Amino acid sequence: MHSDAILEVRHLSKSFGSHQVLRDIDFTVRPGDVTSIIGASGSGKSTLLRCVNLLEAPSSGQVIFHGQDMTAPGVKATQYRSKVGMVFQSFNLFHNMTVLENCVVGQVKVLKRPKAQARENALKYLDQVGMGPYIHAKPRQISGGQKQRVAIARALAMEPEVLLFDEPTSALDPEMVGEVLSVMHTLAQQGMTMLVVTHEMAFARDVSSHVVFMADGVICEQGDPQQVLANPTQQRTRDFLARFMAR
Amino acid sequence: MQRFLDLLQDIARLWQNYWPGYLNGIRSTLILAVVATLIGCIIGFACGVLNTIPYTKQDRPVKRFFLKLIRVVVRVYVEVFRGTPMVLQAVFIYYGLPYFTYNAVQWPSVWAAAIVVVSINTGAYMAESVRGGILSIDPGQTEGAKAIGMTHVQTMLSVILPQAFRNILPQIGNNFIINVKDTSVMFVITFTEFFAFHRYIVGINNMYFPSATIEMVGYLTMTLVASFLLRALERRLDGSDSYELAQADPLTMTAGTYRRPDPAGGTLSQPPDPEAQDRIRQQRKHGRNRGER
Ligand SMILES: Nc1ncnc2c1ncn2[C@@H]1O[C@H](COP(=O)(O)OP(=O)(O)OP(=O)(O)O)[C@@H](O)[C@H]1O
Ligand SMILES: [Mg+2]
Repeated sequence: MHSDAILEVRHLSKSFGSHQVLRDIDFTVRPGDVTSIIGASGSGKSTLLRCVNLLEAPSSGQVIFHGQDMTAPGVKATQYRSKVGMVFQSFNLFHNMTVLENCVVGQVKVLKRPKAQARENALKYLDQVGMGPYIHAKPRQISGGQKQRVAIARALAMEPEVLLFDEPTSALDPEMVGEVLSVMHTLAQQGMTMLVVTHEMAFARDVSSHVVFMADGVICEQGDPQQVLANPTQQRTRDFLARFMAR
Repeated sequence: MQRFLDLLQDIARLWQNYWPGYLNGIRSTLILAVVATLIGCIIGFACGVLNTIPYTKQDRPVKRFFLKLIRVVVRVYVEVFRGTPMVLQAVFIYYGLPYFTYNAVQWPSVWAAAIVVVSINTGAYMAESVRGGILSIDPGQTEGAKAIGMTHVQTMLSVILPQAFRNILPQIGNNFIINVKDTSVMFVITFTEFFAFHRYIVGINNMYFPSATIEMVGYLTMTLVASFLLRALERRLDGSDSYELAQADPLTMTAGTYRRPDPAGGTLSQPPDPEAQDRIRQQRKHGRNRGER
């Protein structure tokens, strides 16, 4: 057993009806790891991430957080989720709140922090992602890149132990991809533990410490970026990378 | 033309003699409509929320059974009260209570009965509106809330219902306006509101048409004022179209300039890179990235 691991995913499978989307997924996340999950569209990357923070209930297998099985009956999923942040492709900022309120509400309602402290904390993280100036704006009033930075600040304000990203830059116009990636890069340098589904190969290669390649609901190959991306052992990985680079 | 002047004269005469009666009627109508719409909204929101509690196959059978039962009960309530005229509901509720209890239980006042009837009726309409309002909110909103650890109730109260409320506000206004007009059927249970006073007037003199004109103008004034106030409330909830910048945005400057990280920037499992942190601090201070571009 990996006693130092934050997250261990063990033999995780997921089916929607008769459609098996994930099969026997197994990997470990240790503090400070930046794990990139890559793979073709429909290979189950999003489903895996959603199973990891229990937005989707795994059909079988375990998600172990600090040695405790979160899929066991009676475990409070809400408490666990507050320690595992998630950043979505489509931002999912609360439309009825300002940028600042988006980053405050979780701290007050879930972590029961006093309002003033939550506000100060939110400002700190909004500053970190460069959104300090926009605290009074509503989500509909800012650009996609800015929304995603607010979404990151909202997740950070909960002070999670792991941050999950599901294709955080895929919905963005090309000129906004950079601002989000540089925020994520900085987080990685600060030692944040991250699990990132991405199609940004440069990010996977340069920033992550592990790369997981998925195909058809199974982990086909995993290892450090040099190995998986530069010298893949599996034919499917080679095919995927070749097709991907050709685009 | 002459007829028109006659009418104005009659109206003036009627108003002069009976204005307190008309105003009293307006007051009763408005109080009933406001109170019943508010209670109806509360009923509607309660039903809408209960109706949209999600359940999955993993939930305990008891919980699933109760949630299904709630949905059936709400469905029946909505169909019965939406599908029958309010006049008849009023008769059934007002006279039904003493009838079925052999006069042992009476309504304490006709006010109480009227409020109950109109509220329950409004609630039935609102339940469907609220359910639709909740279902129309992007599921991403719920996911965003769940992902930071909010419970179902917290998600509803802080994120979903405020948005659903804004979306169905026009329908709440609609219901209020309908209530202002439709409370006139409450005369069947001897509730004396605005229209009931008209019936009283035409009973004691032959000024049917002048009185009806006063009623028309009265109802139209009430509903126009209501529309106006609702629009104002909608604008307020939407907030202003602009926002104040708190300071300059340092990161949009770097838009599109993501570069490969510095190879000397250290590997990732190492403690935070002091150089990078310093860069961020500088950047925040000066509003731009030094050395960038
Ligand atoms: N709620 C659901 N019900 C049924 N099938 C689903 C559901 N969610 C996902 N799937 C199926 O699971 C498979 C994997 O989907 P998933 O979204 O995890 O892929 P992905 O790797 O994230 O793809 P992409 O790169 O396009 O985001 C797909 O075939 C999809 O149709
Ligand atoms: Mg996906």
